[in-house]
Amino acid sequence: MSTMIEAAPKASPDLIGAYCCIVQRDLRLALRRRVDALNTLVFFVIVVSLFPLSVGAEPALFRAIAPGVIWVAALLASMLALQRLFASDYADGTLEQLLLAPQPLGVMVAAKVTAHWLVAGLPLVIAAPLLGLQFNLPADSLGVLVLSLMLGTPTLGLIGAIGAALTLGLRSAGVLVSLLVLPLYIPVLIFGAGAVEAAASGLGAGPHLSLLGAFLAAALFFAPWATSFALRISME
Amino acid sequence: MNWFKYSAPQTFYPLAGTLAKWFFAAATVLTAIGLYISFFVAPTDAQQGESYRIIFIHVPAAWMSMLIYLVMALWAGIGLAFNTRLSSMMALALAPTGALMTFIALWTGSLWGKPTWGTWWVWDARLTSELILLFLYLGFMGLHAAIDEARRADHAAALLAIVGVVNVPIIYFSVQWWNTLHQGASVSLTKSPTMAATMLTGMLVMTFAIWAYCIAASLLRVRAIILERERRAEWVAKLAEVRS
Repeated sequence: MSTMIEAAPKASPDLIGAYCCIVQRDLRLALRRRVDALNTLVFFVIVVSLFPLSVGAEPALFRAIAPGVIWVAALLASMLALQRLFASDYADGTLEQLLLAPQPLGVMVAAKVTAHWLVAGLPLVIAAPLLGLQFNLPADSLGVLVLSLMLGTPTLGLIGAIGAALTLGLRSAGVLVSLLVLPLYIPVLIFGAGAVEAAASGLGAGPHLSLLGAFLAAALFFAPWATSFALRISME
Repeated sequence: MNWFKYSAPQTFYPLAGTLAKWFFAAATVLTAIGLYISFFVAPTDAQQGESYRIIFIHVPAAWMSMLIYLVMALWAGIGLAFNTRLSSMMALALAPTGALMTFIALWTGSLWGKPTWGTWWVWDARLTSELILLFLYLGFMGLHAAIDEARRADHAAALLAIVGVVNVPIIYFSVQWWNTLHQGASVSLTKSPTMAATMLTGMLVMTFAIWAYCIAASLLRVRAIILERERRAEWVAKLAEVRS
């Protein structure tokens, strides 16, 4: 009996090992279902492209609304992608195994969010400058746009993970998660779009980017913990 | 006296009934006094004329909307931490009243904004934060309603409420942070108020009136929730109002 108890911790990987293991696993799974990841990107591009069709072809107007439009589209795209975060693990029982594992659940949640951001968030960051060009954004604000999304989309994923965990397995999870998560996204949206606007108007995006960084740091600290709490509530 | 006696739904149910009656009575009397002061005693404002009188409902409702969210999150957190059923029921009972107060604050604010700012709505920090607060209440109620199992619903909604509490300080400090169209706070504990004494009296009386109303309405609602959750309990079956 005692040998079994001693043997178990040795066989399981340490914190960083567990983190890397889950990131690798989720990335491999995403690579086998490439369309899922692409759908988020295509949705983002389509939503942004709809705006010129609805507000008319005025270059000055485009430049004014571009930061907001791109940020709202990125926010909606990452919100739609949230449902994939835990749903398949919940359906096939992997999530229960994660909850029973000896490693802290927060670390594993952080790993899942990392992998999710690499699949669903990073493509948006990379595609954003192209869309910015379509909207006549000046070159230096394109850099700020990328930087603000780089800081903002992981925060969105971390906050969204709480909502995804709370609505796990519910009938109306899709609509409900947006109701829960969108209000919490608002500060990120304000300062994300604000950074690009400040850069475009020559004010300097430093304060906005610093606040986005602060949000990211706070979310990195609190969100995995809150998410693992929510997962335990949903799975009990 | 053992206060934990009333942490059981069975003992709290009759207490809530008695308290609700008294608070409703207090709300009625205070509203009558408050409305009299606000319509007949308080002077006409030099700049805004009569339209400022909506402050007597707007400001108390806005205060209550934020306070109720904090109290709701507190009860929800206690329910989550100590697994006490009544605390979670109390949080659930407070949510609709809080949402109502938020809605009243937004509605009267827009009625007030039309004559003074010339527009129904501005995307000012405080209005926007109040709107977000309404969304947070709706999210809390939506999440609770979507989960059938009462225990999971209580705990999940509690976690959401605690996460949302981050928003309430943002509302409060938004005036200083963004410094936009909305006027700064007229009442403060550190400075003397910038309004006439009778106006302040009217507003405080209305605040207590709305406070009493919110407590009474929440207590009545928690009674209904207790009855619904405990419907299979023996003590519920013995109640006079259930038997009849």
